[in-house]
Amino acid sequence: MTQETSPEPTPNSEAKGETGGTQASASPAPLSEMDAPSSQVRAFGGDTALRLDSGALLDPWQIAYETYGTLNAERSNAVLICHALTGDQYVASSNPITSKPGWWSMLVGPGRPVDTNLYYVICANVLGGCLGTTGPASTNPATGKRWGLDLPLVTIKDMVHAQAILLDHLGIETLFAVIGGSMGGMQVLQWASSYPERVFAALPIATAARHSSQNIAFHEVGRQAVMADPNWCGGRYFEKGVRPSKGLAVARMAAHITYLSDPALHRKFGRNLQDRDAVTFGFDADFQIESYLRHQGMTFVDRFDPNSYLYLTRAMDYFDLGADFGGTLARAFLHSATRFCVMSFTSDWLFPTSESKAIVRALNAAAANVSFVEVESDRGHDAFLLDEPEMFRTVVGFLTGAAHARGIAAPNGGAA
Amino acid sequence: MSGKTSVRGDHRLVADLVEPGSRVLDIGCGDGELLDLLVREKQVDGRGIEISQAGVNACVARGLSVVQGDADSDLADYPDDAFDFVILSQTLQATRAPRVVLDQLLRIGSNVIVSFPNFGVWRNRLQLMFLGRMPVTDYLPYSWYDTPNIHFCTIRDFVSMCEETDAHMVKAMALNARGEPVGFTAPWWVWNLIGEQALFLLKR
Repeated sequence: MTQETSPEPTPNSEAKGETGGTQASASPAPLSEMDAPSSQVRAFGGDTALRLDSGALLDPWQIAYETYGTLNAERSNAVLICHALTGDQYVASSNPITSKPGWWSMLVGPGRPVDTNLYYVICANVLGGCLGTTGPASTNPATGKRWGLDLPLVTIKDMVHAQAILLDHLGIETLFAVIGGSMGGMQVLQWASSYPERVFAALPIATAARHSSQNIAFHEVGRQAVMADPNWCGGRYFEKGVRPSKGLAVARMAAHITYLSDPALHRKFGRNLQDRDAVTFGFDADFQIESYLRHQGMTFVDRFDPNSYLYLTRAMDYFDLGADFGGTLARAFLHSATRFCVMSFTSDWLFPTSESKAIVRALNAAAANVSFVEVESDRGHDAFLLDEPEMFRTVVGFLTGAAHARGIAAPNGGAA
Repeated sequence: MSGKTSVRGDHRLVADLVEPGSRVLDIGCGDGELLDLLVREKQVDGRGIEISQAGVNACVARGLSVVQGDADSDLADYPDDAFDFVILSQTLQATRAPRVVLDQLLRIGSNVIVSFPNFGVWRNRLQLMFLGRMPVTDYLPYSWYDTPNIHFCTIRDFVSMCEETDAHMVKAMALNARGEPVGFTAPWWVWNLIGEQALFLLKR
């Protein structure tokens, strides 16, 4: 769930997080970003058509991506960052729609834990997304119209498959590391399972090997909110010239609660009233938390495609890596030489530590090389996107050890 | 594990028992000092389990492969014969079920190295006998009510548990307070009196 933010006291306070900014964007994301993004983009088709999990063939298709740093001569320092549900390829550079800094620029950049002075970092918009990679908001070349619900459903495995084809094109055989949180963490696990020989180190953060029943339930609430908006028009809102903004905003509001934690909400908002001294005996946003959530919902609809939200939440719901291996997750990682570092946060109730521990148990049972760190934080699931020094230290330590093992330059300056 | 005693002078002796290049699991690896030594000097494929978050984070930050967990609940997740050496250093006395833990160690490791404080050392006996109180020493600095060490044993107690589990004792050493081996062989009862710590190499 990228682009979540720390709960700020009011929408008008200075925001550090990704969506809590002060200025509400004036208009929805320019449609041009969906077909011709500001980032790099690569089109595939024919020989490189994408056979999806569902059996459908996507031909042609395209993938939008950003890169940072320099690929070394041995092509051994590439790091793939996988973004979460509402993230994008702009991991460490300004988002063209919101003009905000990269969503993980605290973790990725020059001198950062994922140091772009050392590593060649790639981040691609996921399949089904809405910032340049083929998704429901992209133009279907066969009809000249936006795909809408005609786009076949995509899975986490399809996203990873698409990224692998992009890396083939970039001439990158092996990734030094694959890193991602939440839905990004699911992609990391899928990468390690589908392409073990291409992944030297894997960092799945605040994630799970299968989406829980509770999480599917929350996603269903969000999807129903979108589809209940009369402006959704069965997914054909582009053609009707309308937009199910209210539905998507409600979906975002509900989801946003799951990214936070009760203590963090209470600390930031309590029962404080918004710009008033007493309750109004009405349904205006009396409480700061209401005002904050409404703001989160409103700013989200400006930058995200409602159908894309349906597709990506569905992809997460369908994710169950162990199920692909007869129900035994350990078999997904058998004979894996990948070094894993699994990370969770104490107050994350969306992807609780127990989910990470299930991954660790499976990796141990598969005799894989695994580290596991639970970071103490009261900021809920969102913690992975925020300033969490313990997480940064862990990432640096893990990547340093892996860099020595790989024989590439390590953050302390010395090559192994 | 939280059951660390204040002196850990047995690292060198443990390292001497471990074959170079072997697969090693260090249970209760603390901040990774021993594991780091084994990786650097013995080029082992080393893994660790540590109960404290601070310990795990310190280990991962120094590039070691360590998971948060504890000997009582998490060893069951490992497959049979997963490691050439399994090390339980100064931690057995802090487990809830030492006998079960020992069974698990023997299941997942071809070789098992166990070290523990010897509660039967003369110093403890004297404190109990003359002061009538639970021993508190430099080596075991905790009061009875706040000690993580809930299952103390003597060397003789441990030997009889090994006999009950059919563990084969390949090597046994009594160590002084500095973690140096008592430089002579002696009957168990002597070691049980003078050894501050004990170190065993076991096989199934």
